[in-house]
Amino acid sequence: MSRILTYREALREGLDEELARDPNVVLFGEEVAQYNGAYKITEGLWKKWGSKRIFDTPISEAGFIGMGIGASMLGVRPVMELMFWSFHSVAFDQLVSNAACVRYMSGGLCNCPIVIRGPANGGTGVGATHSHVPEALFAAFPGLKVCTPATPADAKGLIKSAIRDNDPVYVMENTLLYGTSGEVADPAAGDHVVPLGQAAIKRPGTDLSLIAHGRSVLHCLAAAETLQAEHGINCEVLDLRSIRPLDADAILTSVRKTHRAVLVDESKPFGGVSAMVGMLIQEEAFDSLDGPVQRVCSIDAPAIYSPHIEHEQLPNPRRIIKKVLNLA
Amino acid sequence: MPSATTLDFATAAINQSLTTAEKIGLFSLMVRIRRFEQTALKHYNGGKMGGFLHLYIGQEAVAAGTISLRGPDDHFITAYRDHGHALAVGMGMDECMAEMFGKQSGCSKGKGGSMHFFAPDKNFWGGHGIVAGQTPLGLGLAFGLKYLGRPGCCLCYLGDGAVNQGAFHESLNLSGLFEIPVVFVIENNGYSMGTSQQRSSAYAGCLAQRADAYGIAWDVIDGSDIYEVRAKTQIAMERARNESKPTLLEIDTYRYYGHSVADANAKKYRTPEEIENYKQNHDPIILYRRRLITEGVLTDESADAINTAAAAEAAASAIFAEQSPPPTIADISTDVYWETDHNTPASRIGRHFFNS
Repeated sequence: MSRILTYREALREGLDEELARDPNVVLFGEEVAQYNGAYKITEGLWKKWGSKRIFDTPISEAGFIGMGIGASMLGVRPVMELMFWSFHSVAFDQLVSNAACVRYMSGGLCNCPIVIRGPANGGTGVGATHSHVPEALFAAFPGLKVCTPATPADAKGLIKSAIRDNDPVYVMENTLLYGTSGEVADPAAGDHVVPLGQAAIKRPGTDLSLIAHGRSVLHCLAAAETLQAEHGINCEVLDLRSIRPLDADAILTSVRKTHRAVLVDESKPFGGVSAMVGMLIQEEAFDSLDGPVQRVCSIDAPAIYSPHIEHEQLPNPRRIIKKVLNLA
Repeated sequence: MPSATTLDFATAAINQSLTTAEKIGLFSLMVRIRRFEQTALKHYNGGKMGGFLHLYIGQEAVAAGTISLRGPDDHFITAYRDHGHALAVGMGMDECMAEMFGKQSGCSKGKGGSMHFFAPDKNFWGGHGIVAGQTPLGLGLAFGLKYLGRPGCCLCYLGDGAVNQGAFHESLNLSGLFEIPVVFVIENNGYSMGTSQQRSSAYAGCLAQRADAYGIAWDVIDGSDIYEVRAKTQIAMERARNESKPTLLEIDTYRYYGHSVADANAKKYRTPEEIENYKQNHDPIILYRRRLITEGVLTDESADAINTAAAAEAAASAIFAEQSPPPTIADISTDVYWETDHNTPASRIGRHFFNS
């Protein structure tokens, strides 16, 4: 049994179920409670759960994220919303020196079971300050975990895994996906959880691997249909879902099958997720490659505002198709 | 500002209730902190440890006095000048010295160093290296206590240099707004590294007064008088425990050494007379020793014996540290993730580490 839910509804259902499962789960962030969420992810949860379990914070990302980290060391399980992941920079010390390192610096005496979630994407005409995609940045800090759901089912399954995980997990969503719909298993059919670190083949194929995460997965699926229909190229689409832990086996298996890879990544090319994945393939599947690993990343500049051209800075089906045809 | 010359805090109920053994315990603790650090300094200079060494010498009454007030659900967190707090919560000299020597037997297995001592089993949550970075964590520990329905409070220490960091002001605002049972303790030793308070902070009467802007109670304490430290901190802790309200305390104190031992200008940004005046007239250990002799609790002989024992304990800790094995290369990769450390099913899905 499954239903059609939006990504937004699926996330909310996941949060709601975890609030019910564990009384130590507490949600906070800017406008998450009485305002019902800037993007309505948490709509209705304040009314249902009350001000102890979900509350609004002032615009103080360093303060409230640090507060969540401190509380987590005592066993509280805070789920904190960043209205935009772009605001990470004002809380960076808390995110990388405290959350990522407190376990290590204490020789394993502390742990930090927090979740920080919110949208991390370009493409909405909000310019450079609100369009950062920092998944590779945070995945570069040992101690942190990062996941990037692309579908409603994965959004629900990953947020639930993130909340249950005993390490800090940063969930990076996408405002352009919140309204997208897809099948999500009915709760009556059992607990729907997607483990961190497990990629998913969203379209099996034989000729080339398109490896992506987040909204880029949808672009890959669209490009794969066109490539199949118009050029007879049968692409496999691998959705990483998690950036760290990373499903290296799934990446290598796909490349060993298709012998060609195009990495599609909304990150900037320098140090982006695809830089890591490309290196991994080079180190561990070099002999399986029939050609160089190629990438479609965001064009290497701060995010442009102009709605006329913004979508061309990001990966899109047209750019993916062009890259694949050049390689083929 | 009230001073010890006009008020005798020995008469405060919280000090009246001290037994002879407890008074000797307070004195011993301060002496042990100082001897421990003097020994650490010797071995730092001898090349036995790396990194920084931020000495607490001169400030002992702050950690000893405040932490002596703890109940079972009271928690503590501080910055990088953390040795005094560590010993005050009951951590052993051995594990602390070994941590600085970078040894496996250190409190953080040699992974944290001097700035990062932890003992969660003793309600001590570090030991944090970034100025004011620990202040939201202290807020969070206290929030956690309130959320979990536990009756305690959190004492969150910071230096006077931390009062100009944004994270601290965010924490103050959140603590007042959400009525969090936290006591922020500014250990004001007069210098943020080499910059004096006058050259780093804009303020009217004192730093703690900034709490007024957030509607938070505040007080100023003479950190050379352990009785005053206890009497006034007790009021703040009771406010936190009973009313779930924060306090900002400013405890005036002094460090004899530089910001860290690597502070090459430690004697340039202040006069030798200033340092000497503190040592002669405001040293918390000398003052308390005098006081306890006057009270008939100590004699010169018994005080000296405590000093000798502390020195021996510190020396033994250095031998323990010296003889302990260092971490192994394999140890580098543990204590990164809880899930991989515990080999959970989750830890076996996906690659967590990316070594080439």
